[in-house]
Amino acid sequence: MSTPTRITVATTWLDGCSGCHMSFLDMDERLIELARKIDIVYSPLVDSKELPETVDVGLLEGSISSVDDLEKARAFRRHCKILISLGDCAVNGNVPAMRNYFKLDDVMDRSYRENVTLQPQIPTRGVPALLTTVKPIHGEVAVDIFVPGCPPSADAIWYVLNELIEGRVPDPSSVTRFGA
Amino acid sequence: MPPPPTQPNVRVVTLRIDDRDLSAREDETIIEVCRENKIPIPSLCHLDGLTIWGGCRLCMVEVAGQNRLLAACSTRVAEGMRIQTNTEKLQRYRRTIIELLFAERNHVCSVCVSNGHCELQWLAQRCGVDHVRVPYRQVPYPVDSSHEMFRVDHNRCILCTRCVRVCDEIEGAHTWDVMGRGSDCRVITDLATPWGESESCTSCGKCVQVCPTGALVKQGTSVGEMVKDQHFLPILARRRHAP
Repeated sequence: MSTPTRITVATTWLDGCSGCHMSFLDMDERLIELARKIDIVYSPLVDSKELPETVDVGLLEGSISSVDDLEKARAFRRHCKILISLGDCAVNGNVPAMRNYFKLDDVMDRSYRENVTLQPQIPTRGVPALLTTVKPIHGEVAVDIFVPGCPPSADAIWYVLNELIEGRVPDPSSVTRFGA
Repeated sequence: MPPPPTQPNVRVVTLRIDDRDLSAREDETIIEVCRENKIPIPSLCHLDGLTIWGGCRLCMVEVAGQNRLLAACSTRVAEGMRIQTNTEKLQRYRRTIIELLFAERNHVCSVCVSNGHCELQWLAQRCGVDHVRVPYRQVPYPVDSSHEMFRVDHNRCILCTRCVRVCDEIEGAHTWDVMGRGSDCRVITDLATPWGESESCTSCGKCVQVCPTGALVKQGTSVGEMVKDQHFLPILARRRHAP
């Protein structure tokens, strides 16, 4: 039941808690209506493994803390026509960025040596290297729409997506704020 | 700046704010006339009942014939004044000021005791600040929890000096003051000694109530629990200045 107005949406989470994606799912029965208007082509919520060449709307949750986050953010920017920073971590760094007040080595020591009783060691294999500074998404790639909130409410996400589906530019400040 | 003295025979002036013809007492400031007429002007350092500070610059307005912006809180009205309070230029400046405040210290709303009850947070939303375009400084500031009832978190302080003024002008203790310049500037108790050791502090808590952010809070509050009550201020201020 594809319609001409059906838009493609991709989402992923970087350094966040996945709470923004949970808030997305909190749209409850409205998800059914949304499913008639959008195609989720890539997301932790669906099975596809590759980001399509062109996506209408990309939603990024979380801040950029590792080389892997940076790669994903750049890929989303390349493939998405409209890129949305979803939630405070993506918009302003939020809790993940609070490690910026310490040296990265001290943070690693604290996590993997000081508080560990068995085989204290810094993991290096199979995990992406952390960046020295945690940044919001727009600290690395251009972002078109910012949806603050920790997490943004289901209503806020619903509003933003609906405005885009209807071809309007959403004003997220009318429905959400930092820390909401 | 002392409060504008109330004169017995004060004249009335007529002026134009945002294309509305208004009249006001000539000893009133622009922000007072705007508030009386429900014209919204954002402000952080201004608080009804305290003296004028003019530090936050959020209440800047455009006055015809002036080639610079004027702070509505520290400018008296005059006959024939033509004022614009919400032009694109002013909106741009206000957004920038708020973004700089967020970038200067740690204002992570989601983990702040004042989340949901913060004037900086409200203003950011009202002025359409949905992200900060400048890099965050990310320099840690001290937290003083030595007082048994209250706590000061300098990371959340925007240096509006409401605490300094309410302590001096309303409580009469002058425990608070300001020390240092630029990014080192911070509010201090007594001669920069821990708040808990202060000999002048009466523990009245007025500073906590007037603080617009989560910088001055009650001990034992968790995220979003610090609700402030400023109702006492205009009442006490009127009594202090009563003849």
